[in-house]
Amino acid sequence: MMRFLVALLALIATPLAAQDSMPPAPYAYTQLQDPALEAEAVELMETLRCLKCQSQSIHDSDAPMAGDMRHQVRARLLAGESPDQIRAWLIQRYGDYVSYQPEVSATTWPLFAIPLLLLAIVGAILVRRLGRRRSDEGDAA
Amino acid sequence: MRLVYLVPLALFLFFAGLAGYMLTQPKDQNVPSQMIEQPLPDFALEPALEGMPGASRSDFVGGEPRLLNIWASWCLPCIAEAPHLERLKEEGVEIVGVAVRDTPQAVEGFLSRHGNPYSRIGSDDISELMLEIGASGVPETYVIDAEGNIRYQHIGDIRESDVPMLLEKLEEVR
Repeated sequence: MMRFLVALLALIATPLAAQDSMPPAPYAYTQLQDPALEAEAVELMETLRCLKCQSQSIHDSDAPMAGDMRHQVRARLLAGESPDQIRAWLIQRYGDYVSYQPEVSATTWPLFAIPLLLLAIVGAILVRRLGRRRSDEGDAA
Repeated sequence: MRLVYLVPLALFLFFAGLAGYMLTQPKDQNVPSQMIEQPLPDFALEPALEGMPGASRSDFVGGEPRLLNIWASWCLPCIAEAPHLERLKEEGVEIVGVAVRDTPQAVEGFLSRHGNPYSRIGSDDISELMLEIGASGVPETYVIDAEGNIRYQHIGDIRESDVPMLLEKLEEVR
C-alpha cells in the first residue's frame, strides 16, 4: 500500500523549477507602439542568434536570455539607435556567432569568395566548351 | 578511365572523412566573450538583497584584481561551484557577485544554504550586464584587473581543479 502511494505521489510530483521565476524584461514580449519601428525590430531580431538555444533567432526563442536580448533591441531602437548599430554592439561582444547575417571579415571571407570562384570556374568551362563546339562547326562547314 | 572522373569520388571521400572526424571531436557549445582585454563597460546594479551593497564598475578599480562571478539562485551548477568560490575567498580573493533574474528572498535562501563568498552582489534582472560583457549563461566568472579591464573568462561552474588556475590568472594580471 505504502509503495503504491509513493508511486502515485511520484507521478504527480513536479520537477524542481530550475528556471527563474522573474517577470520578463519590459520589451521582451511587448511590441513597440510605432509599427514602423516594431517592423525594424522584428527584422533585426530575426537575424540575431539566441545565445542559449543557438539554432534559433531571438525572435523565435522563448529562452529568458533571448527575451532580454529582444528588450535590448527594442529599447535601443526606441532610444534612436539604428539596427546596424545594435548588430555591431552585439557582434563586438559575442563575435560573428550572434549574427545570422554574416559580414565580410577575416574568418567569413571564404563564404563570399567560394561562390564567386565557383561561378568563375563554371564560366571558364562553358566558354571553353561552347568555344570548342563553335570551332568544330566551323571545321565541318 | 580519365582521372577527372575520380574528382567527385575524391570530394565525396573528403567530406565523408571530415564529417567522420568532426563526429569524434567533443562538441563545444560555449560562446566565448569578445570582451577579453577590453575595459569593463560602465554599469551600476542595485543590491540583490538587503544588507549588502550592489555592484558597479567603480567597485573594480584600484587595489587588487578581483573576480566577477555571474550566478543565480535558480542555477544548479552554481551550487556545485559554491564551495570553490569559498576556497577562493579564503585565499584572499575579492569576489563580486551578480545575481541574474533573481529575487532577494531566493538570493538570501541560496546564501544561507551554500555560503556567501561575495563582498557585494548586484542584481541583473534583465541580463543587462551579461549582454554588456558578452556572457551567454550562468555561471560565468571573469578575472578583472585593478584598472577595471576584463582579463579572463571562465565559462561554466568553477571545479576544484580550476581554483589554482584562477589564482594564477589573478596573480598574472596583478
